[in-house]
Order: sequence, then C-alpha cells, then structure tokens
Amino acid sequence: MPISVEQSVAIIAVTALCTILLRALPFLLFGGRKEVPGVVSDLGVLLPSSIMAVLVVYCLRNVDFAAAGHFLPEFLSCLLVAGLHVWKKNILLSIGLGTVFYMVLVQAVFA
Amino acid sequence: MGRAESYRQMETIQNKRDYIGFAFRQSVPVMLGYIFLGIAFGLLLQNAGYNFIWAFLASLFIYAGSMQFVLVNLLTAGAGLLYTAVMTFFINGRHIFYGLSFVEKYKKMGRAYPYMVFSLTDETYSVLCGTKVPEGMDENKVFFWISLLDQSYWVLGSVIGALAGSYITFDSTGIDFSMTALFVVIAVEQWRESRSHFPAILGAVCGILWLLLLGPDEFLLPTLCTCMLVLLMMRGRLLPDAERERG
Repeated sequence: MPISVEQSVAIIAVTALCTILLRALPFLLFGGRKEVPGVVSDLGVLLPSSIMAVLVVYCLRNVDFAAAGHFLPEFLSCLLVAGLHVWKKNILLSIGLGTVFYMVLVQAVFA
Repeated sequence: MGRAESYRQMETIQNKRDYIGFAFRQSVPVMLGYIFLGIAFGLLLQNAGYNFIWAFLASLFIYAGSMQFVLVNLLTAGAGLLYTAVMTFFINGRHIFYGLSFVEKYKKMGRAYPYMVFSLTDETYSVLCGTKVPEGMDENKVFFWISLLDQSYWVLGSVIGALAGSYITFDSTGIDFSMTALFVVIAVEQWRESRSHFPAILGAVCGILWLLLLGPDEFLLPTLCTCMLVLLMMRGRLLPDAERERG
C-alpha cells in the first residue's frame, strides 16, 4: 500500500460520496415534489433512446481507423450483435455470440 | 399454523422465487461483464497493495466500473481529495442523465428507493430500460432484484479478482465487449419500439461529432447535454398530446 490507511479510506469515501451525489441529484431536485414536472417526465420518455446510442458511441470511442485490427473487430461484432438481435430477438444469444466472436477476432484473427 | 396460512406462505416463497428467477434471466448479460470486469479491478487493486477487503468495500460503496479503475491510480498516486472529487464528477457526471429518466418511476419504489438511486449504473440502467415486466408481476420488485443482482456480480467479481485473479490463466481479452453488446442490443430494441427514431439518431450524431471535436476523454458530457437540450426544444413535436397532458 503506497499511502496510509486513513488516506486510502478518505480517497475511497470521497469517490463514493461524489458518485452517490451525482446519482441522487435528479431525484433530490425533482423527486420530492408531488407531481414530477412535465419537462422531466418528457425527458424520461425521450432520453433513454439517445443515451443508449451515446453509450454505444462511448464504447467505440477508442477505435482507430489507421489499423484494421483496431476497428474491424468492434464494427464486425457490433453488426453481428445488431443483426442477430433483429433476426432472433434473443438478448442472451445476441450478446453471447457477439462477445465470443469479438474475443476470437482480437485474440486469434487480428492478434 | 392453519392450512390456509401455510398455503399463503408457500405462495409468497414461490412468488419470491419467480421474481428472483425472472430478474436473474434479465441480468445474465450484465453478470458476464461485471464478474470479469470485477475480477480485473480486484486484481489491479491487489497488485497496488490493497487486499480483497478493500476491493469488497470499494465495490460495495462506490459501485461505478470505470471510476474504480481510475481509483486504483488515485490511490497509488496518493491523489488529493479535491482532485479525487473533480475526477469523480468528471467521470461519473453521465449518471445524472440516468436518474433524470427514472425520477417518476423510482419515486414509487418505497423502501427500496434509496438503494435504487444508489445502484443506477450504466448497465443496470440499460437492462431496466430493456426489461418488459410480464403481466401480473410487480415492476418495482423486478427492478429491485435486477439492481441487487447486478451489484452482487460486481462485488463478487472484485473479491474473486483480489483473492485469486493471478491464478486465472484463461485469456479473457475482449470479454468486456459484452457491455458494448448489451448497449447495442438495448439500442436495437428501443429503435424498434419507439415511434420516433429522432432521439436515437440525435444521440449517435451528437456523440460522433463531439468525439471528433473533443476526443475520447472529454466528449461524453457535452454530448449528453446537447441531446438533452435538443430534446427539450423538440419535445412538443416528438411527444403526442396525450402524453404531454400529464405535465
């Protein structure tokens, strides 16, 4: 352990408290009211689709188009997952096969 | 104990099993990713000189994947508390947006409300967005069990990683793609179910534009803010009148 126990606990505690605060913020702002403001309930309907697309971009943020091995595994696997899911509509199948496919690509094909 | 009473008791046990069983099936995609990512975190923390108790406590109280990997660096560097706080706000700022879309739902969660708010990670958020609760099941209970199971996987993985991570010789390179796949699957489902594809396209376009502008480390928060602002401006046109009446 490079630093003291107290210092380690303090760093972990600050991280935990800040994370909880961030997660609780919308609820602290809007959860206490009897009626959730219309703006917030509208966002509740509209935001998830945007967020999910953003999260996909976020996961692919480090792809590098300069080398085939640094973007093809991601893109081919995402295509497979999306295709499988449109076709079979089975979450476990889509994620399971997609992940195995990706692992084979990065470990064996583009290694 | 009367016969009717014992029957009723059996029924509640059966009932609980149904809920845990259903929640488990929904959470399996997260299980895969959380256990392996948890192992990676536990191992990293162990190598930095912190044993499994630290891994257990960090995953129990922080419960934020990418932030915990940064935490290992903060610990080894002996980072200041203000710096730690700023880093946390920066990396976990996206969580505000998850809560924003669950305020109405979680308010009715009763005793589980605080835990539900605490445990709203990227992955739990996605699974809950994609969960269709069967007829006759209480959505609140299903959501609670999914959230609890998800965190158990993460905590379990962290402890295993700290205790035995160095003995795992299986090459798990690439297994973290299961999280990407989870987001892709939920995005596909939302695409099929939503009347307007505008929010999804908006998210993808904003994400790519800000990524090109700011690079991979800083694009996330501007992207989410832009999406929120555009959706707020467009909400009158995106949502049919019936749904707007409520507000």
